[in-house]
Amino acid sequence: MGGLLRDAWVLARKDLALEVRTRTGIVSAVVFTALVLTVFNFGRDPTAVAVIDLAPSILWVTFTFAGVLSLNRAFQLELENQALEGLLVSPIDRRSLYLGKLCANLVFLLLVEAVGLPMFALFFNVAVLKVLLPLAGLIVLATVGFVAVGTLLSALVIRVRFAELMLPVLLLPFLIPPLIGAVQVTARLFSGRPLSEVVGWLKLLLAYDIVFVSLATLLFPATVDE
Amino acid sequence: MTLQSRGRWITASGLLFLAAVYVRAIWFTPVERLQGGAQKIFYLHAPAAWSTLLAMGLVGVASILYLLMKDERFDRFAAASAEVGTAFACVMLTTGPLWAKPIWGTWWTWDARLTLTLFLFFLFIGYQLLRGAIAEPGTRARFSAVLGIFGMVLVPFIHLSVYLFRTLHPQPIVLKPSAPSLPDSMLLTLLLSFLAFTMLYVGFVTQRYALGGAQSHVG
Repeated sequence: MGGLLRDAWVLARKDLALEVRTRTGIVSAVVFTALVLTVFNFGRDPTAVAVIDLAPSILWVTFTFAGVLSLNRAFQLELENQALEGLLVSPIDRRSLYLGKLCANLVFLLLVEAVGLPMFALFFNVAVLKVLLPLAGLIVLATVGFVAVGTLLSALVIRVRFAELMLPVLLLPFLIPPLIGAVQVTARLFSGRPLSEVVGWLKLLLAYDIVFVSLATLLFPATVDE
Repeated sequence: MTLQSRGRWITASGLLFLAAVYVRAIWFTPVERLQGGAQKIFYLHAPAAWSTLLAMGLVGVASILYLLMKDERFDRFAAASAEVGTAFACVMLTTGPLWAKPIWGTWWTWDARLTLTLFLFFLFIGYQLLRGAIAEPGTRARFSAVLGIFGMVLVPFIHLSVYLFRTLHPQPIVLKPSAPSLPDSMLLTLLLSFLAFTMLYVGFVTQRYALGGAQSHVG
């Protein structure tokens, strides 16, 4: 188990180092997030709907889009120069490969969200500081679920025609349960309700994370082995 | 008798049986006091939903068996079941709004169960898009098996969120912890229609499976 996680971390560091040195991916994802938030601002009538009613959906739809787009590049990186074949012949467990990709994607997306959240607070004048700690916990909880399923599905579509379009088509149905949960909890947080009202949703999000991380770790070898 | 013609026979008897069930449902089953005639669509909508979930569940089971045994017959079965499931999902998603308009006053509402069954339908479509996009049979079988298992695991999460989200949809009537809350004559009609739809599922899948076998011979 220790070796599995150590290898995974080595792989995740490789991906993150690549990301830090090129910076194209992360900068594009952050700019994209800012643009989606801007689009939302002009896509609503501020005199008709109070921003606080829309805020949770704006936040999570933006994060969902950013997630779907970022996940596309996870295995795309490995297609160049047959890097994937290199990874597959190296003496590491397939499960480490999945967990490494999962970890790199998670760090990447959480970074994007960490920049996106203040922008969201600024653009929509939502007081996130009051609920920052529970909100950050919720974002991590929902993002783990997004990334667990997304990383596996991105491995499925990598060699498929129209991969960029196929991934969202396959992935979005899976994101619906965590998305609904995250929006519900966020709405309660913004309106100052106690957390005890959303225990059911938090349990659902946690169960989703545990089930899909385990299932994807188990099934990932089937997506790369002939 | 070939598999193909066996499938045809099952389908034909299923259709005949279904016709009989509808005669019973329309003329020999009491009319619901509050909903009137509209409630009769229940005998079409609920069994179609049942067949959709059955198809989804069996795609998942066949996917697990494929990954364990690498027998291409399981993959062929999963493909057949997914296609038939999509058809039943269409029935479910069209009869639902027909009932909802007179009873709820709207064709569609973003109620949890409606939303999530719609996404289940999208999942079926996605499954078939993925199958269509991969040419090599071995890869196609492995990848769609992984997606099939994921889809099956998503279903309980769908069911869970039904109870958590504020919901308009009638709560389960038969499959619930206490006794079924409908009169015996209605329950019998409902169960018969479930049986008819299960026969149709078996008939359709058998035919599609036989067709898949013929395809792999030609291809």
